[in-house]
Amino acid sequence: MALAKRRFDTLILGAGGAGLRAALQLSNADARVAVVSKVFPTRSHTVAAQGGVNAALANVVPDNWHWHMFDTVKGSDYLGDQDAIEFMCREAPKIVYELEHFGVPFSRLDTGHIYQRAFGGQSQNFGGAQAARTCAAADRTGHAILHSLYQQNIRSKTHFFDEFFALDLITDDEGAVLGALVLEIETGEPLLIEAKTTLIASGGCGQLFRTTTNAHINTGDGMAMVLRAGVPLEDMEFFQFHPTGIAGKGMLITEGARGEGGYLINKDGERFMERYAPNAKDLASRDVVSRAISTEVREGRGCGPDGDHVMLRLDHLGSDIVAKRLPGIRDTCKTFLHIDPVDTPIPVFPTAHYVMGGIPTDRHGRVVMPARHGPEEVVSGLYAAGECACVSVHGGNRLGGNSLLDILVFGRAAGEDIIGFLKENPNHRPINESSVDKAMARLKRWDQKGEGESVKEVRDDLKKVMENHCGVFRVEDVMAEGVNELVKIRERMANVRLSDTSRVFNTARIEALELENLVDIGMATMKSALVRQESRGAHSRMDFTERDDKNWLKHTLYFLEDDRIDFKPVRTKPLSVDSFPPKARVY
Amino acid sequence: MKISVYRYNPDVDAKPYQQEFDIEFKQGMMLRDALMEVKRQDESFTFRHSCGEGVCGSDGVNVNGQNCLACVTSVADLKEPIVVRPFPGRPVIRDLVVDMSQFYKQYREVQPYLVRKDPMPEVEILQSPEDRDKLDGLYECILCGCCSTSCPSFWWNPDKFLGPAALLQSWRFLADSRDQMTDERLDALEGPYKLFRCHTIMNCTEACPKGLNPTKAIGHIKQLMLKKAI
Ligand SMILES: Cc1cc2nc3c(=O)[nH]c(=O)nc-3n(C[C@H](O)[C@H](O)[C@H](O)COP(=O)(O)OP(=O)(O)OC[C@H]3O[C@@H](n4cnc5c(N)ncnc54)[C@H](O)[C@@H]3O)c2cc1C
Ligand code: SF4
Ligand code: SF4
Ligand code: FES
Repeated sequence: MALAKRRFDTLILGAGGAGLRAALQLSNADARVAVVSKVFPTRSHTVAAQGGVNAALANVVPDNWHWHMFDTVKGSDYLGDQDAIEFMCREAPKIVYELEHFGVPFSRLDTGHIYQRAFGGQSQNFGGAQAARTCAAADRTGHAILHSLYQQNIRSKTHFFDEFFALDLITDDEGAVLGALVLEIETGEPLLIEAKTTLIASGGCGQLFRTTTNAHINTGDGMAMVLRAGVPLEDMEFFQFHPTGIAGKGMLITEGARGEGGYLINKDGERFMERYAPNAKDLASRDVVSRAISTEVREGRGCGPDGDHVMLRLDHLGSDIVAKRLPGIRDTCKTFLHIDPVDTPIPVFPTAHYVMGGIPTDRHGRVVMPARHGPEEVVSGLYAAGECACVSVHGGNRLGGNSLLDILVFGRAAGEDIIGFLKENPNHRPINESSVDKAMARLKRWDQKGEGESVKEVRDDLKKVMENHCGVFRVEDVMAEGVNELVKIRERMANVRLSDTSRVFNTARIEALELENLVDIGMATMKSALVRQESRGAHSRMDFTERDDKNWLKHTLYFLEDDRIDFKPVRTKPLSVDSFPPKARVY
Repeated sequence: MKISVYRYNPDVDAKPYQQEFDIEFKQGMMLRDALMEVKRQDESFTFRHSCGEGVCGSDGVNVNGQNCLACVTSVADLKEPIVVRPFPGRPVIRDLVVDMSQFYKQYREVQPYLVRKDPMPEVEILQSPEDRDKLDGLYECILCGCCSTSCPSFWWNPDKFLGPAALLQSWRFLADSRDQMTDERLDALEGPYKLFRCHTIMNCTEACPKGLNPTKAIGHIKQLMLKKAI
């Protein structure tokens, strides 16, 4: 049977906050947009975001975008690109007001303005008193934003392909991207979507780790597709472990819990963060708090029979605050721990949460890579935005509340840039059959029958390797061994077989395709972590405990071919203000 | 522990059947964990799931006759034998996966988006905390479908009655002080079916895993219509 084909101006892979924000921009500009998502749009993981989105609205305490910029640069451990950070922080208020106009039910202050709470790493006046910059809809901000964006896309008649799985990008010999091959999950039929521009907005890859706040679907598909197309991934060694996942289970307890006044204690009941971050205490940056918790546990001050976690106390806040501002995490505690945080502390431990690295882009969402004329040449027709992208605004460590901002600012910016691209490039390029064949082969491979290993065995081992060899604290020989383990896992992949090769809604096949993606992302992460011989942001080396700006103030690039590593400089020059030069980072 | 799951793969099965699996019970196990365990034993077993914490709305199923979200349903609270079936009244695609397109169509039909007629201010539209409170219990809907697929009126008239989830969202916008399309929204619900097929049977409210109350929302819409009629 001939391969089914559809044609659009723009193909968006992913219907989370980034994809939907871009789609809205484009639909409202009368572009023909196809949004492909492997789950129904409101099931995307943006729905799980709790605490809120940062913008210097100054609704509660004085604030401005420049202070927000400073905090973000410092939070990034100076690895963030300052032009992109300036752009994001300047855009933030507009982005949040737009969200409000789209219908997002933000919590309100008595004045009727949007409620803002304190979050980690936020300050007034370049490192002064705590700021309150995180705009919140109770502790369900992601849900509120995702649903409102989906609703506005219904209004704008965006074209959705729900429950379609993107397999691979289609490229031509010049490296231009022509669309993607996707799989309709319900029928098991492939479909070729041709597009003048393709935006990858496929979210994160938290399924690399065993204990994670990320959903089952967060398998880094778009990032792996880009690798297979020859484009590198940037700064993959920077993976955020959120300080407060429910111990052993992984569900997130938002930083907003500490923003509302909650604090951490060890087995002696000590507020140990006072020792690690005398000023910011429990609201220090995430990397700092996660390391502090891990250190407490390693040094024998953990709670519980196995001393393997610490406690988050909210019981002094009173039931009003908890019910009003943190209703979601209260439900989560009741459902999964059978406790009420109003009277009982919550057992927490650092949990895999967010990938700072990703597909290298500029601040217009255009994918860039080293080529003939420099380290950042545009890949024609290809865009990326959201957690899968690395602009880089988060550098070595993302501040809470900055990811929702990132996905919206750069989703929108990508949409805007695509509108311009479409004007200048009104025609589709001819499709490249050999690239389509290659993508089809990837699908066909899973029709192989016979004896072999199962997906679940390899997946379990992959997660173990990542957790044991590339966790909160890292060392040379452990990571080198991790790379060897991953090489073995790669070899094993060739012998994995599905027992179920049926067509209709075959989730076993989807999980196999996702595992292939995860293995490549795992290697990108481990390899990048192994080369970076310093400690910066979330990347803590026990053998190189200091930040080393002389040698390492640069971005890592990982290429799939030969597992090659390259580097590119950090953009330390902002758009209009003075640069923030690297300084010692204390909270 | 024994768990019986509904099986049907149109590629290979002439008709659906129940299949029993033996799985090891673990402390704190949720129904989603149990279903994942079944999938570990037989990878051809199929169900939707994602977030694992009751926010994405993917894993609505019918267990022991009651609709629920698998990931927030504790196995310890279920009577054995545990019998898991797809949502009632929806076409089955495979095993526990049903076709929800009618449900989404109903959602789109109520124009579930904020509409302003006034020019937008350059900052946020102000809303008092009291007005904002009116959206609590409405906006949290995760579109899981537990309610609508347990509603008898929805089973009999899925093409005409809008069903509890869509009507809850209709009320979510009617109740929003910022929305300026009240009249049009109410007019669109006129007639014997769209809204008025609700017979206040309350199945929906009982089924909602987020503790929302579509029955009450439907009551509010009816009241508002009445008020408008006078
Ligand atoms: C529990 C939790 C709480 C968080 N809280 C906050 C917070 O309070 N503030 C904050 O700023 N950040 C928060 N974050 C981070 C933030 O929510 C995410 O980084 C962000 O939502 C990612 O959005 P996205 O649009 O990039 O991707 P996602 O929302 O993950 O969407 C990805 C989309 O891609 C689609 N997709 C992926 N692969 C494929 C494929 N192969 N084929 C087709 N479609 C595909 C998916 O279906 C989905 O639609 C939180 C994260 C978690 C996990
Ligand atoms: S109350 Fe109305 S909507 Fe709810 S189940 Fe009964 S008939 Fe259906
Ligand atoms: S009202 Fe409740 S049961 Fe119905 S779709 Fe929404 S969350 Fe699910
Ligand atoms: S898996 Fe998301 S609601 Fe159950």
